[in-house]
This record gives sequence, structure tokens and C-alpha cells, in this order.
Amino acid sequence: MNWLETLRAGGDAIRAHRLRSILTMLGIVIGISSVILTVGLGQGAQDQVKSQISALGSNLLIVSPGSSTSSTGVRGGFGSASTLTLQDAEAIGDETAAPDVKQVAAQTSTNASLVNGTTNWTTSVVGTTTTWPEVRKRTLSAGRFFTESEVTSAAHVVVLGSETASELFAGPVSPVGRSVAVDGTQLTVIGVLAASGASSNGSDEDDQAITPMTTAKRLSGATNASVSTIYVEARSERSLSAAYQEITGLLDNLHGVTASAADFSIASQQSLVATANSTNKTMTVLLAGIAAISLLVGGIGVMNIMLVSVTERIREIGLRKALGAAPKVIRRQFLVEASLLGLAGGVVGVLIAVAGAQVLPGLIDQPVSLSLLATTGALLTSFVLGIGFGVYPASRAARLTPIDALRSE
Amino acid sequence: MSTAVVELDAIRKTYRGGSLEFEALRGIDIRIDQGEYVAVIGPSGSGKSTLMNILGCLDIPTEGTYHLGGEDVSTMSEAQLAHVRNRRIGFVFQQFHLLTSLPAWRNVELPLIYAGTGRAERRSRAVRALERVGLGDRIDHRPGELSGGQQQRVAVARALVTEPDMILADEPTGNLDSASTDAVLGLLDELHRAGRTIVLITHEHEVAARAERNLVIRDGQITADTLVASGGAAV
Repeated sequence: MNWLETLRAGGDAIRAHRLRSILTMLGIVIGISSVILTVGLGQGAQDQVKSQISALGSNLLIVSPGSSTSSTGVRGGFGSASTLTLQDAEAIGDETAAPDVKQVAAQTSTNASLVNGTTNWTTSVVGTTTTWPEVRKRTLSAGRFFTESEVTSAAHVVVLGSETASELFAGPVSPVGRSVAVDGTQLTVIGVLAASGASSNGSDEDDQAITPMTTAKRLSGATNASVSTIYVEARSERSLSAAYQEITGLLDNLHGVTASAADFSIASQQSLVATANSTNKTMTVLLAGIAAISLLVGGIGVMNIMLVSVTERIREIGLRKALGAAPKVIRRQFLVEASLLGLAGGVVGVLIAVAGAQVLPGLIDQPVSLSLLATTGALLTSFVLGIGFGVYPASRAARLTPIDALRSE
Repeated sequence: MSTAVVELDAIRKTYRGGSLEFEALRGIDIRIDQGEYVAVIGPSGSGKSTLMNILGCLDIPTEGTYHLGGEDVSTMSEAQLAHVRNRRIGFVFQQFHLLTSLPAWRNVELPLIYAGTGRAERRSRAVRALERVGLGDRIDHRPGELSGGQQQRVAVARALVTEPDMILADEPTGNLDSASTDAVLGLLDELHRAGRTIVLITHEHEVAARAERNLVIRDGQITADTLVASGGAAV
């Protein structure tokens, strides 16, 4: 009896017990589709984080001030001190001191209320340098960014985030050329940033007002040269760690501290991606684990039904043996039946997962990205599951003696 | 001199269940020639079923040798016996043993599948066998759509389809009414006249009377071996 005949006999047997076969497959179907969907959800979340973060620039290093200690001994977290200065930013930007650094943009950030006539909107007012759009990989949808001379002269100009612009200037008229008031100072809107859709550290990158550093200092009344963050763009992704070393060395020197007592911290986009991904991975592994257990239960269901099937078809097995089926032929027939059940369940499971991947994002607002690898892996698993859990029932069927099998009522 | 199909030589079969030992067959010698129509008669518990199992290569003897078609089958493995059953024996059972989910012709082709016969040839041979038993118009009927007598005729067709050395019928009329019994026995008579070797196991003397030779088994031994005068013609 060749494989084709065995396959046909298996298909006949599955069709002959249609309802039972469908119920058996159900376990596998649920298991497979939930494995594919959970892995897809995890993958979708990772892709989302990755695209959000890489939209901020993948060669980016973020230098933040270290912690501060108050007079009462209360220590603040990273970023609470004001140890970073414009001079630090200039030093890092020096090509001979840090050859792997391409560009530097220091920024200060304060919250302020922007007023346009009767409309007002509180947002973060960022003071920075002309390199900011390039370092942060931002483009403008209208107008222009400020120039070097505007920084020098502390010109009253502002570039609005797309969100900020639409909050302050409702309607189709472009805000470019109009003015907003910040603490009574009129600033001319010279440009609007294109939407990035990304957010870093919980702040919306589309809701901010960018002014020259000098203007921002004047608005907040600050007289020192401290900055809240220095964004550094490395020459390439590969020179990122070299740039990291150079900045560390420079700042240790400038601040007169040792590496162990550094009063600043440097984060890279990659480390942010890695952190976010590891969180996602944990969730995915957890969910996929639960799904895998349901798959295992589905497999045990196949074994259960196959054992019932062997008992129920004991006369058929006896007859087939009497007519000349060798034990290995009977074993093969039941194995093929079990693996067909598994595979059919897998195929239906994949179809449901594919349909789910279309429907789910609309329901739970999470992207699902199905990978070919996970899908074929799941199909293979269902097939192997069918075979694996079919081995025991099949060998029981093969071991039956034809007389006992024929005589049973 | 006709050739021997079956040669049993000092066959013994002992069943062991724990400390109990039961000798079902106690030294059986039988020779059945090509073309013979033999009925084995005996009450229940006589060892008739055990003999049928050994004749049908469904079981192996504890002692003694069994040559089927010149081949020693008494020491064969399970897989080898399956092959011998497939080639040399056509079974007809009391309970018909048809697969209810398959149409008549696919039931008949089953032994040919295990013999490795090609698909087209299987179909044509199955149809021919069904025509032979008078069911040429029922090839696509499932067993549930056929009467008991018709089902048993499908089973006879299945026994015939491989052209076996011997047709082994185990109480073939045990589940049939008298009209169907006559039809099935008439079919066996016909096959006998066509030169088939038939071994019929039964406990009914009227059925045994249709054969040309009767073997009586009692307490695991053959107690009588008689030729029936009216062999094949009795009603």
C-alpha cells in the first residue's frame, strides 16, 4: 500500500466521522491561530516602537545632566542637575576633540503659555541651535527654521510643532507670518514642523514651540548657560560607540569628574529600542507560552480522539489485517490520519489568524504583523503535533491481533 | 493426482492464561486438495474457531506444521502472515465485515490495495467480481443500502477478487434468513463447480451437507472425515 493510498484511506476515515474530526481539529485551530496572533501582536508592537524611535534618528545620542543633591541631602534623579552647559555642547561639536560626532544640538525646555488673540495653549518652549532639525531628523511643512544670525540676535521668532500650530491657529490659513505671545513677548511664527507622530520620554514631539536658544533664555529670564539636553548625531550607526566614548571623555574632563562619579548620562536610540523591545518580548513570550499550552491541549485532544477511534474501529482494523494489511501499514494509516487532522487544523488556524490580523487592529488599536516564519512554523508544528500525538494510538492499532479485533462486538 | 492446498501436520494449539492451560487443538492432520469443497463441523467449544484461525493464518499453531499452497506458514511473523493472507486466502465472515462508509466496489477492492495493485485494475477487477456474484448493478451502493444476503455476496466478491488459493468461509450464513442462505450457498456451489477450493466452517448440518466432504471436530480432534454422497447437490 503506497503513501497515496494511505492518504486516501486517511481522508476517507476523516470524512466518515465529520463532526468528530472537526471537533478534534478545533483544539489545534484555536492553538495555532492564537500562537500566530500573539506573536503577530508582539511583532507589531515591536515594529511600532522601532519606527517611532528610529523616526527620532537612529544615530542619535542623548546627553542628559546627572542628579543633583539639595542642601537637605535629597538627591534628585538624572536630569535634575544643571551640569550641562552650552560650552559642553560646543566642545562636543569640536571636530578635533570628537571626530565621530557629526552635529550637536543643545536644547533647553520650559513650559509656557502661548497666546494667539483669544486662544491660548500651554506647551513646552524649546530653545536650541540651528542644527536642531538635522540632528533630530525633523522637516518643516511650511516656512523656514531660524538662522544663525537670528540666534545671535535673539530674534523674536518661533517654529511651531504641527499639533501646537493647529491648536493655536484653527482654520486653513497658514500660521507662518503671524505672531503668538509668550509671557507678553510677541514672537513671529516663521515655520511649522512636519508631523512626526513620534514621542520621546512621554512628550509629544508634535506639540512644542522651537525658538533660538538665546530667545528662550531671555523669555525664561535665565542667565546661566545650562541646557537640559544635548542631542548628538554620530557620523554613522557604526561610529555610535566611538562617539559615545569621545563624549564621555570630553565631559569627564570638562567637569573634572571620574567615570564612576559622572554627573551626566548618555543614552542612545538603540538602547531605547532595546529596552522597549525587551518589554515587548517578555509580553510576547508570556502570551505565546499560554497559546502554546493551548496548542499542546489541542494535541492531546487529537491523541484522545485517535485512541477512541482505534477502539471504535477495532473491527475495521481486524478486517484490514485479515485482508492483508501488515502492522506497519495499519500504523501508517493511523499516523497519516492523525497528521492530516493536525495539518487541517493548522491550515484553518492560519486562515483564522490571517483574518484576525485584518480585524484585530481595528478593534484594539494595535498593529498585528504576521510573519511568514511564524506562520509556516505554526503549520509545521500542527503537522508534527498530529504525528507526535498519533504515534501511541497508531501503535496500539498496529498491535491489535486480527482475531481479537474481528471477534469484538 | 491433485495438488494439496492445505496440509496440516500434527497441529496443536495451547492457550495459556496465567496458571491455566487449555489445549484447544490436540494433534490435527488435514490435507485439502485443489478444488475441494470441505465443511468443518463441530459444536461450540470444539476447537472449530481455533482451527479456522490457524487455517486462515490469523494465528499460528503451538506445535506442528502448516503448509499453505506448499509454503510453510507455521513459523511466520505477523507481517509475513499478512502477506500470505492477502495472496492465498479469501475470507467470508459471519458478520460480513464490510466497511459501511465505502461503496460496494471499494469494499471489494480492499485486498487489492494491500496487494499493491494499480488503481484502474483494482476498479475493473472489483466490478468483475461483483458481477460474478450477481451484484453488477449495485457496485456504488453502500452496505447500508443492501440486504443481508447482498452484503454477504459483496463479501464473497471481496474474497474472490484476489483469486486466492482457498476461500475460507466462517459461518457465512449464520446471520442470514433462509432465502439469503440458499442464495449464498448456491453461490459457493457455483464457485466450487468453477474449480475453487472452499473451506466452510459451520455448526449446521444442513449447511455442511452442501459440501462434498465433511470434517467433524470435537474436543480439539478430528473425529470423522466423510465424503458426502450428494456433495454440492443437496437442498
